[in-house]
Amino acid sequence: MTVPAHVLPDPRDEIALHLPALRAFGISLTRNLSAADDLVQDTIVKAWSNIDKFTPGTDLRAWLFTILRNTFFSDKRKHKREVADPDGIHAQGLYDKPEHDGRLAFGEFLRAFDQLSPEHREVLILVGANGYSCEEASAMIGVAVGTVKSRTNRARAKLAALLGMEAGEAILAPDSGETLAVMSRSGAQAA
Amino acid sequence: MMHEMTSKPAKSSLQQQIDENLKKVYEEALKEEIPDRFKDLLAQLKAKEAGK
Repeated sequence: MTVPAHVLPDPRDEIALHLPALRAFGISLTRNLSAADDLVQDTIVKAWSNIDKFTPGTDLRAWLFTILRNTFFSDKRKHKREVADPDGIHAQGLYDKPEHDGRLAFGEFLRAFDQLSPEHREVLILVGANGYSCEEASAMIGVAVGTVKSRTNRARAKLAALLGMEAGEAILAPDSGETLAVMSRSGAQAA
Repeated sequence: MMHEMTSKPAKSSLQQQIDENLKKVYEEALKEEIPDRFKDLLAQLKAKEAGK
């Protein structure tokens, strides 16, 4: 589709459409609603005033994500405020039995996810959750494709380790005895 | 049957569950209501632009 540039809509009018995704990405990176909102606010202002650097017809959402993650990581470098886990509540006892159906419990997963470095959360959210290719993620993050791939693998392995699992390990699948017990109880466990 | 599904915990099963949960993390975040301040901010920026 070739449209003369002057007929193209102002991409700034489309920023609003991407706010939910942008904010979700910010929340995924910061794991903190108000920090995410500050990031989104900064991203909007930067995107607005730098819109001439956006190539019309390309992925606006990816462009906004890039601004947001650059803002996040450069703020982090500047302030060096490491959000430590003061009570160490997340440091142990992460591994609970999977839910009765053998699926990974979401609460456990979230706690493990929160423990990852923001760099690991970033690749997992871009590639694992958003379905961006490693090439697209590489452009957003500003690192080589190979780095995205290895970082994604390390992030997955770290998650699995935090969840008390090894890649390929059988813990996720209920053992046969558990399965039988669960099957016989399943009616009563609907709640 | 059930047995066939659980007897062979394919390596991809872990990855698949991780991805499902990652999508859920993101989707949960997507459900958060967008504060008005962002729409206000965009409106402000637009008004400023128009006033130039």
